Amino acid sequence: MSTETLVELFEHGLDAPICLTWELTYACNLACVHCLSSSGRRDPGELGTAECKAVIDTLERMQVFYVNIGGGEPTVRPDFWELVDYATAHHVGVKFSTNGVRIDEAVARRLAASDYVDVQISLDGATAEVNDAVRGQGSHAMAIRAMEHLAAAGFRGFKISVVVTRQNAGQLDEFKALADRYGAQLRLTRLRPSGRGADVWDELHPTAGQQRELYDWLCAHGEQVLTGDSFFHLAAYGEALPGLNMCGAGRVVCLIDPVGDVYACPFAIHENFLAGNVRAGGGFEAVWRDSALFTELRGPSAGGACGSCQFYDSCRGGCMAAKFFTGLPLDGPDPECVRGLGEQALAGQALAGADRTALPRPGLDHSHRGPVRGQVRRGQAPKPVPVTIGRRPVPAPPDRACDVNPLAGFAAGGAR
Amino acid sequence: MVNPGGLFDLDRAWRLDERVAVRPEPFGALLYHFGTRRLSFLKNQTMLAVVRSLGDHPSARAACAAAGVPAAGLPAYERGLATLAGSHMISPREAA
Repeated sequence: MSTETLVELFEHGLDAPICLTWELTYACNLACVHCLSSSGRRDPGELGTAECKAVIDTLERMQVFYVNIGGGEPTVRPDFWELVDYATAHHVGVKFSTNGVRIDEAVARRLAASDYVDVQISLDGATAEVNDAVRGQGSHAMAIRAMEHLAAAGFRGFKISVVVTRQNAGQLDEFKALADRYGAQLRLTRLRPSGRGADVWDELHPTAGQQRELYDWLCAHGEQVLTGDSFFHLAAYGEALPGLNMCGAGRVVCLIDPVGDVYACPFAIHENFLAGNVRAGGGFEAVWRDSALFTELRGPSAGGACGSCQFYDSCRGGCMAAKFFTGLPLDGPDPECVRGLGEQALAGQALAGADRTALPRPGLDHSHRGPVRGQVRRGQAPKPVPVTIGRRPVPAPPDRACDVNPLAGFAAGGAR
Repeated sequence: MVNPGGLFDLDRAWRLDERVAVRPEPFGALLYHFGTRRLSFLKNQTMLAVVRSLGDHPSARAACAAAGVPAAGLPAYERGLATLAGSHMISPREAA
């Protein structure tokens, strides 16, 4: 019988992902300042209905239990409900993330009637003031209206998904109360410097003090609050949080973007983390099982500069994408390392005169080019993405990672 | 069906819940319950054989024996089955 721990087994990779995020479109009615996928405008190369159904056929064959659908705003795709129905009819459960724009009374009733569909409403402030500063004017009211419809339709346990920021880190109890009021479950995830998130990272990411308070709050609430395994870098504070506490990129997690590109994780839309495309010969299955990138990610990792740290077994070096997009080496500390080593490294780079404009940029930028209703343009207009002839523009992921904590409810069902 | 001592009734008939999907993996298997939306895992192939054949045997004990679980190893499988029962992955059935 195996003596390896579950994490060790998972580090070698699985025959199919547990947590597959599928961004159906880059189109979005909002223009959140921290959007992981730099979404806004639809990409003309997005997978069509038939291509999406072929992907679902593959997922059914691979026994991917459920997909986390996002965008952009996935519900603005005209074939969205057709694809949801097709997936559930083919034994692929669906959890989709939405800002609530299409969740009216009729849709809520329909959703409440299905065991195989789960809904996640994005909300980044317990108050309109805090939320709308990030997600756009009116977006708080839109999310609340969607929650009211879901609750009225009897949908129990839908998710309220919050990206923890410096501005909302003091509202955790209010978020929890909101979830309780609507019979929903709260999900907190980490802000990543991915997509447009890179532009606002310095202003929005929680302070060290807030991170500590967040960790204590998460410990106190245990499995009542989902995290998508987001905060494993905080495990170095003490006991591990519920979850796998490992980077699942390419091992248990990956992303399919709207044009069919497969990335190691939803926060890493960059050519360095691009494993292949579902339109290629072997489809998604070949990319997942055989791509050079995923094979490499499933190999042993020594820990690099962090390998000798006493906390390495807890935090495992933190988040690959957070390091990459802040310009830190992948084998060094996370920018939010609880010992402050990431901040020191960033400060050291600044002292050495590092050129912040040379940081890696997401491969695709579908941000709206003009003003978006309800959204106040921030000082920084998105930088133009250099265009290389013959290359498609690069996409960026939305503000949602693993919809389900891959560990949520991970009962130790095996004899050891 | 887990008794107050936390033990599992090895001598009654069990079955895999019909809303559970089983995906074999190199180390054993992953289980997903579409009703509770929870994942679980089986850590080796023997446990997988036991769980898959529960519905074919008059008792869980018989399923374990048929899968080749030695007497000394039975308590570990009993604990594993108790956990699966607690998360509704498996449920009692009336013996045929």
